[in-house]
Amino acid sequence: MDREMKNEITLEFDAVSVNEGFARVAVAAFITSVNPTIEEISDVKTALSEAVTNAIIHGYEEKEGKVRVVCLLEGDRLTVEVKDKGKGIENVERAMEPLYTTKPELERSGMGFAFMEAFMDELEVESAVGEGTTVRMRKKLGTESYLGDEE
Amino acid sequence: MEENFKVIDNYLMVKMPEEIDHHQSAAISERADMFIIHKKVNNVVFDFEKTVFMDSSGIGIIMGRYKKVRCFGGKVFAVHVNGAIRRVIYLSGLHKVMDILE
Repeated sequence: MDREMKNEITLEFDAVSVNEGFARVAVAAFITSVNPTIEEISDVKTALSEAVTNAIIHGYEEKEGKVRVVCLLEGDRLTVEVKDKGKGIENVERAMEPLYTTKPELERSGMGFAFMEAFMDELEVESAVGEGTTVRMRKKLGTESYLGDEE
Repeated sequence: MEENFKVIDNYLMVKMPEEIDHHQSAAISERADMFIIHKKVNNVVFDFEKTVFMDSSGIGIIMGRYKKVRCFGGKVFAVHVNGAIRRVIYLSGLHKVMDILE
């Protein structure tokens, strides 16, 4: 495949927890075209799951709303955007601190953003109170086969 | 769901599902707590044999049960931990409070 080929999908679904699994499977299927390693697929699924769960639990506080996931592949570079029009985050910096959670009663571990950061190459969070949150994550895929080519 | 919980002596064995995310996590925690409280078990063993995916919701399940049994000197264990689950456990630091049995 042409390394610089562009391909984009958009998913929009109700903010209900049963759709977390759907979003993971859909995105995992979408990225298979660039031959990611099993570990990379698992990384992307975990990071996506964290972002979608955040949108449902924190963005919409488990009330009605839509979550939009946009995935863009530019060659082997993946960008995943998870967007909600929920309540927004007052203090993004604090929300991103490991173990910080506003919902300990729901047994949220406070590891969501830390996982996104650890499993992806880059993470950006844009949020406005009352307007919603956009999480943008980037990751280069197929690293192993790429290294193989170099040898 | 019931068949995924079993009490053996002082241990609650919890068979974790194929995918552990926010969708199922509250139900697993509630069920486990019923056993911890009513059957007076001190220790919890999480079995990941069937599990292929876990996000931070799984960390919440384990951490929550750990906090419950710890006050009575109980422990939490993990068995059949595969690569992906292991990474999530280590990244969260859970391996410091939980014994991972091979």
